[in-house]
Amino acid sequence: MNEAELIRILSSIILQSAPLIIAVSGEIITERAGIVNLSLDGTMLMAAMTGFVIGLKADEAYPGSGVWIGFLAAAAVGALFAFIVAFGSIRLRQSQVAIGFVLTLLGDDLSAFLGQNYTRMPGPLVVRKGIPLLQDIPVLGPIFFDQSIVVYFAFALVIFLWWFLNRTQPGLKLRSAGERPEAAFARGVDVNRVRYLYTIAGGALVGIAGATYSLDVKLGWSDGHIRGFGWIALAIVIFGGWAPIRGMVGAILFGATKTLASILQRSFPEVSVVAFNTLPWLLMILVLLVSSSSLTERLIAIAPGPLRRPLNRFLRVAPPLALGTRFEET
Amino acid sequence: MSSERTSAQKWMTLGWPLVPVIAAILFTTALLVLFGASPVESFTAMWRGAFGDQSKTLSVLAFWIPLMLASAGLLVTFTAGLWNIGIEGQIVMGAIGASWIALTVQLPAPLQITLELVAAMAAGALWAALSAFLKTRGRVHEIFSGLALNNLAIIFTNYLISGPWQPPEGGTFRGTAPFDPDALLPLFGESRFSPLSLLITVVAFVLVFVALRGTFWGLKLKALGKNAYSAFLLGVSSERETVLAMMFCGALAGLGGAVRVLSWFDSLRQSISGGIGFLALLVVMLATYRIVLVPFIAFFFSAVLNGSITLQLRTQLHSSLGGILTGVMVLFVLLFGDPRVLDIIRRKAKGDDDKTPETTTVEHPADTTVGDIL
Amino acid sequence: MRVELRQIRKYFGPVKANDGISLDLEGGKIFGLLGENGAGKSTLMKILSGYQPADSGTILLENEPVVFESPAGALDAGVGMLYQDPHDFPPFRVIDSYLLGRDGGISLNYRQARRELATLSSRYEFEIDPTAYIDTLSMGERQQLELIRLLAGGAEVLILDEPTTGISAEQKELLFESMRRLAHEEGKTLILVSHKLEEVQELCDHAYVLRRGQLVGETEIPCPTEKLVQMMFGQVPERSPRPPFTLGETVLEARDLRVRTYRLSLENVSLQVQAGEVLGLAGLEGSGQRLFLQTCAGLINPDEGDIFLKDKKVGGWSYHQMQQAGTAYVSAGRLEAGLVAGLSLTEHVVLAQPEHDFMIDWENARADTGQRIAHYQVIGRPDSTAGELSGGNQQRFLFALLNHPLNLLLLEHPTRGLDIRSANWIWELLYERRQEGSAVVFMSADLDEVIERSDRIAVFFGGRILRIVNASETNVEELGHLIGGEA
Repeated sequence: MNEAELIRILSSIILQSAPLIIAVSGEIITERAGIVNLSLDGTMLMAAMTGFVIGLKADEAYPGSGVWIGFLAAAAVGALFAFIVAFGSIRLRQSQVAIGFVLTLLGDDLSAFLGQNYTRMPGPLVVRKGIPLLQDIPVLGPIFFDQSIVVYFAFALVIFLWWFLNRTQPGLKLRSAGERPEAAFARGVDVNRVRYLYTIAGGALVGIAGATYSLDVKLGWSDGHIRGFGWIALAIVIFGGWAPIRGMVGAILFGATKTLASILQRSFPEVSVVAFNTLPWLLMILVLLVSSSSLTERLIAIAPGPLRRPLNRFLRVAPPLALGTRFEET
Repeated sequence: MSSERTSAQKWMTLGWPLVPVIAAILFTTALLVLFGASPVESFTAMWRGAFGDQSKTLSVLAFWIPLMLASAGLLVTFTAGLWNIGIEGQIVMGAIGASWIALTVQLPAPLQITLELVAAMAAGALWAALSAFLKTRGRVHEIFSGLALNNLAIIFTNYLISGPWQPPEGGTFRGTAPFDPDALLPLFGESRFSPLSLLITVVAFVLVFVALRGTFWGLKLKALGKNAYSAFLLGVSSERETVLAMMFCGALAGLGGAVRVLSWFDSLRQSISGGIGFLALLVVMLATYRIVLVPFIAFFFSAVLNGSITLQLRTQLHSSLGGILTGVMVLFVLLFGDPRVLDIIRRKAKGDDDKTPETTTVEHPADTTVGDIL
Repeated sequence: MRVELRQIRKYFGPVKANDGISLDLEGGKIFGLLGENGAGKSTLMKILSGYQPADSGTILLENEPVVFESPAGALDAGVGMLYQDPHDFPPFRVIDSYLLGRDGGISLNYRQARRELATLSSRYEFEIDPTAYIDTLSMGERQQLELIRLLAGGAEVLILDEPTTGISAEQKELLFESMRRLAHEEGKTLILVSHKLEEVQELCDHAYVLRRGQLVGETEIPCPTEKLVQMMFGQVPERSPRPPFTLGETVLEARDLRVRTYRLSLENVSLQVQAGEVLGLAGLEGSGQRLFLQTCAGLINPDEGDIFLKDKKVGGWSYHQMQQAGTAYVSAGRLEAGLVAGLSLTEHVVLAQPEHDFMIDWENARADTGQRIAHYQVIGRPDSTAGELSGGNQQRFLFALLNHPLNLLLLEHPTRGLDIRSANWIWELLYERRQEGSAVVFMSADLDEVIERSDRIAVFFGGRILRIVNASETNVEELGHLIGGEA
């Protein structure tokens, strides 16, 4: 394998990871505010279908607008699903997990039904735009800076999210709603309003992620073609420790396993394709195992003193304290 | 909550369970109209698809059986506060277990079948135990281990079908060679329905009912599901009961897988579980975790879904319509299912912050463990 | 700032938490709000600080009526409250917790925050590291931070709710110094909510006494203790004569126990408890009493040392093994740890049985539950769920679940949040147990209870046993010094 091929592969990995990065970021916002949106898989399918179909129709009516309107529609779909989860949990006091799960299956069926006439069609395409100057950097240039604009959006999103969560007042309020709602309330935070807001915002991002598949990465719509990615996103949120940058790393990691699988397949054709298909799932279990176990705690405990605090920050994988709980104002 | 209810309120409570049904039908009708299809035609097609003639009705019955078995198992895991998403994989492994016996062993029919069923239960139980141990020892939430194991089971199936168990004419990824007729469950006439499997299902239900209501073990599970720490202080071992509950469910799911592979099909196929595991989760949710309602709701699901297949053949409408109908129904039940929800909405509207309303409505098992998604 | 409360009423169903209370508080003074647990002090202050609304009545600041929408609104008006468990955010850094909720743009102004923290903390002689994480701070430090935040937020009225539980004597001195300065030098209105007479006498200028939701008296300080006691209790409580009891063999022995956890370590803890003995564990919150109880119960295993239950080595035994060996552990959080809200009383009784058949005999169980309910005077039916019982009844029911006979009872705060009658009743039960030969080891934050009920008292400080004294030979004052670390 020569350098050009390597660059192509890495570039492809980054492209494949972009939608996952966006979805993971969206869910991080939602969960940091204290709500679990389990409907990601269904949301993404629905959003992918909607984005594609609406985009197609918009292109017919106003050529060139397809992609943007498609994404808008997908974001709306994502926001709607997330709203149902939030509403059912906050206002109606029912189980987030149950509602999210039903929506996952419903999203799958609804997208299959509503999209049935639009399968395997060509449609609007996200453009690929290289960033001048940056794209000429050897090696890194073509991989990161000569990409579809969705990729730029994904990375910008991660950086923005990091800043937002850690360095801004509204970001603190978001986190406070998910960590200790009673104390947040005492500080003047309208906990439930915050939860609604960020669940919906997170859902919109998930919707955009779904549409990224049908408008960019995979191109086109077919029944259930991205089934499973929503679940992977949920898992990445967990072992990324609910942090945007680590979430991005996790998403790229997963994006890589698929590509890695096909590369290895070519190098070792004797090994059944089956073995490589198992990679992502085994990886999921392994990483969850390692990150959830007391291994990290023990590691931090035995580390030398000055290293302990930064290590703790880096490896901290504790969920928001109030994740999944309900808050009532007295 | 005053004990004197006006008659209007009484009607509300009685009639309330119908609302999700009506809502789902309205929603589906709207979808059909959107597609320019006639709702009447479509629903009729679905009905005919389910009960049009004897063979169709028997198909509904045949699909119903594994769905009931999986649902019965889920009642146990839900009681223990577990979200056993991995049930799909447990069904698949059960099917694999039964297939293994069917393909490698040749015994007189009664013995053969018994061995197949035992192998199926064991395979399902062990696969479930894997999830359970990942949870108790590794703190991996059963939703994710279940998910991963589901996919691994499917991959394993595909591997077996295209590899060691491929039919003599070569691997086509469709399925293994058909099993010896003696290895299959005795069928009713030309259908895929096995009365024996119905008998097994009835036994399974009775077992689950007795276990949950009348045994000490069932009570331990109930305590575990509602408050794991208090249960621990009361003497309940969280690890032991989690593993046992999962294995119980896995065994029943495995049984369902065996029924699929030994009656619905005659060989191990690619999508052997047919989504029955996830459907079972919906069935149990729609039944609001009440065992008595499960068989009826499972039957309804089976009818709708089988009917949808005919719908697709007849009207070119995608068969997912059936899933939409049932899914919307479950969603509505989840959101608005309990009549007390009306109180919640009304109270909030009045701005009554005085009393924080007490317990939530339908007590979803594992609500308390949502915070443990880690 | 002058604060007036007029006819504040707050009812929780039939419970009259605040029944028409009126207070008049001027700036520049420290006021004590005295009363037993459940007298209504916290409720009243939560209303004043904006956390919950009153059912009726008015609040006036500088003679202007005000209505608070939330604690943040109250702070804007100048009223801030320091809670027993400060409203901070453990996973946050100090500086982020400090900044949350402040106006001033989207981006966080760290520079200004650091300056403010430095100025304020030096003025009151606190030491605060802005980049530390809140969950690494001690209770005293968290309090200091919260105080600073309230002051920076413009609080002219400061309410401190039981601030001295769980802080060291040193930190308490610092706190009291700051409070004096804030009131006398800076003219703020301070309110100390407490059930500890000595503290009110030490610090306050004026005291209001609440009892059962009503204002029963007020006085200038200094004033004789009996006057305060009389107002608080209505009468000087009698030390009930305890019948002499001969102790039996040693039931529990701890030898050189060492238990290390993330927050606290027990070191070299040794003691013996005999059958029929009541041993009280006294100490500030976080001194090791709870850790000790949990270790004896088998919830935690000791790193070094040993535990003997009637001569059997039980050091590494699990909780369930200890249960089977006749040990009972009753935690303080009733619904969080001990009862399952959604289970019926009968179901609890069945679960609590040491031996059980495979199938449950529901009829028998219901009858048994009925008997227990009657005997322990629990207001509820066999089919009621634990969540439907009131707090006091839940506590009684927890005791009703205990089996007979028991070797060892380990109790965390057995009468926390209970009124006097219920508390007395629980102790009658416990004394019955000791007659049966059980050893009773309990911890309590109420020094009066510890002295009155124990035979001996083990004082914990910093994870060690400072001293073991006979209850009859000590008093509240001496005990107070001991738990503060002064041997």
